[in-house]
Amino acid sequence: MYGIGLLRGLAVTLKHFVGTYLDDLRWFGKRYYNPKALAVRQSAKARGVFTVQYPEERLPIPEEFRFIPFLLYEEGEGGAKIDRCTSCGICAKVCPPQCIWIQRSNDPVTGRPVPEPVEFYIDVDICMNCGLCAEYCPFDAIKMDHDFELATFDRFSEHIFNKEKLSKPVSYYASIRPRNYEREEAASAAKEAAKAARSSESGAAKAAEAQA
Amino acid sequence: MTETAAPAVVDTLEERFPGVVRRDVRAGFSGYVVDAGHLRELALHLRDDLGYSYLTSLTGVDYLPDSKMEVVYHACSMTGGAPLVFKTQVPRDSAVVPSLVSVFPGADFQEREAWDLLGIRFAGHPNLRRILMWEGFEGHPLRKDYREPFFEEEAKPYKNRWPEGHVYRIEDKTPFFKNVQYPPDFTPEGWAPAGDAGLYAGLGELPASPEEMGQTLRTDQMVVNLGPQHPSTHGVFRMVITLEGETIVDLQPVMGYLHRNHEKIGERNTFLMNMPYTDRLDYICSMHNNFGYAVAVEKLMGIRPPERAEYIRVMMAELTRIVSHLWSIGFLLNDLGAYFTPALYAINERELILDVFEATAGSRMMCNYFRFGGVARDLPPGALERVKELVLERLPRSIDEMDRYLTGNDIVRARCVGVGVLPPDKAVAFSAAGPVLRASGVPYDLRRADPYSIYDRLDFDVVTRPNGDVYDRYLVRVEELRQSLRILQQVVRDIPEGEIQTGKAQYQVRVPAGEAYGRVENPKGELGFYLVSNGKPNPWRYHIRAPSFINLTAMAEMCRGHKVADVVAILGSIDIVLGETDR
Repeated sequence: MYGIGLLRGLAVTLKHFVGTYLDDLRWFGKRYYNPKALAVRQSAKARGVFTVQYPEERLPIPEEFRFIPFLLYEEGEGGAKIDRCTSCGICAKVCPPQCIWIQRSNDPVTGRPVPEPVEFYIDVDICMNCGLCAEYCPFDAIKMDHDFELATFDRFSEHIFNKEKLSKPVSYYASIRPRNYEREEAASAAKEAAKAARSSESGAAKAAEAQA
Repeated sequence: MTETAAPAVVDTLEERFPGVVRRDVRAGFSGYVVDAGHLRELALHLRDDLGYSYLTSLTGVDYLPDSKMEVVYHACSMTGGAPLVFKTQVPRDSAVVPSLVSVFPGADFQEREAWDLLGIRFAGHPNLRRILMWEGFEGHPLRKDYREPFFEEEAKPYKNRWPEGHVYRIEDKTPFFKNVQYPPDFTPEGWAPAGDAGLYAGLGELPASPEEMGQTLRTDQMVVNLGPQHPSTHGVFRMVITLEGETIVDLQPVMGYLHRNHEKIGERNTFLMNMPYTDRLDYICSMHNNFGYAVAVEKLMGIRPPERAEYIRVMMAELTRIVSHLWSIGFLLNDLGAYFTPALYAINERELILDVFEATAGSRMMCNYFRFGGVARDLPPGALERVKELVLERLPRSIDEMDRYLTGNDIVRARCVGVGVLPPDKAVAFSAAGPVLRASGVPYDLRRADPYSIYDRLDFDVVTRPNGDVYDRYLVRVEELRQSLRILQQVVRDIPEGEIQTGKAQYQVRVPAGEAYGRVENPKGELGFYLVSNGKPNPWRYHIRAPSFINLTAMAEMCRGHKVADVVAILGSIDIVLGETDR
């Protein structure tokens, strides 16, 4: 009979409609602004209305989420900022839309390059958030950020980020990407240890040679 | 290094056309080179005698150093196997090649694209006009000596970024009005656009008089423009329709409103840089675009990803297929007038899958996840469990619910059954791909016909339907959702531990000289990447066989004789994404 399929379909809509109220009842006033409820609402077990009340409610950002790169610096004594960047230029070379400009510093006396950038610019209008710079940086000096609320009123003066605006402490990085941070620290520690072992070995060998 | 055809074909072709058809002997190249004069003859022979009835891809390559233009054809047999490649070379300055539209109607838009972007004339093409650029555009942008207005250097990386990087905004260097090259005798004030006269002229003859049509009532044919701004076109897409009353007499798709010459950008980029750009093609299924490009470059490099990476790739690809098919079903219903309720039910499930992409790849839509010889990073903790939850519990239920909700619906059936019929022979002739082809009863799915990755080991069915109408295309998508779940259930069960990258991840890959055509079964159809490398860090040619674009070739065929309101449903059933159509 004509219309049966229609009614059967509408039963599905009705089920969804009733489901939203049932879910509201289940949480009884705690459905919104409640991290526990939010986690369920965004999981495979979600029922009812799916909406997140942004910006009052916020979804947890997964660690791998990437948005606009930033530069890492180690916090030295007395608030000194020690850049991890050595201005090797790999990020500028790998960047697909070519939005990174790096000015390498030269030693004023010898004129030879110093592993430290004078300036580092990213045109965030051009950046496509691909994350290749962070992926291929050999010094873990440039990483992708989690801060996506970057709207400004003037794109002409504010959308070219310079080194000062891009720099963030390593502790910030450790807070947004703890797993990556730990893995990279472990890797660099292992590398250091291997280097130390090699140098002490060669030192011992030299001493043995001298004795002989 | 594209696969060569079976030796039997090799012998017959060279024997049958002695001195005219030769093997392509350039290092890294394969297939045949045919004299332009005998191209049609060869194509007919391939189609009628050897069963290569499906022209997959047609494109041109500008060999500027040799002063030659080459047109490359990939033809396939519907029984499966690797495509047969044949090429023809003509002088660059007077590039004229016989048109193959009469042999393979699916060559229509592709020849127009090659004319538009490369300036290769196709003699005998019924309607050789620009297709992606606008009428009145000067030059052919994919020619190697063409320089775009924001031209900086021939190839990336640009030298002024490091170590002297003095930042500038490109708009400041070439402000508006100073970045445009005009022809010598051109005055912008006096210029009037050529208009759409050519477009309308291509819409078939208007009948001379009503008596001729055997009608007593005097009627006029009317031309209606649907789009570019129209909610049913899923983007900026325009159709020019000639109507007799409410019945469609002819239709012409007009596209290119979202054109950014992706291929030119791709040829300036290094190989790796193209990976995030492919995300922007069909932005609903970026993982699949990554997949196609990775397969093509890996063919050139001669590497294979490790086992775990293959499983992760297939997992992501099939999740993407679910995303794309859900999206397309939801929006088909939108087009039919069920405003956003079914679409939002579909998007609800899609969100859950995008969460997996975000946790794994770092972005919900612009995934940029595949690398040559692997994937960017391993699955984070919890991702596999989430996928298991989805494919074993939630998605089967919600797909069944979708089925119950829509399939039997009387209005959906009334609007879809028997509308936009594409018979199987026409579907093949027009190079339709994906669900459009399979809904016409042609069991052609690259995952089976020319298996890549680990699809030859997975158990799933190629879904076909016999009628070739809008309803069957919908049903094919619903059934493919179930088949994708079947694949995913095997993948999450069998996924091994291990490496995710062959060799060391490099930002400057060495790609040997040669050509490769890598293709994958995208949710929309066959997504192919034709690459030519000359051993440098940048591809010499980077062409995309875009299923959304080529499926539109059959649009007019599907619409003729239907009512104007059906156009929206038919377009919705083809499922185009303008990012890929316009490139």
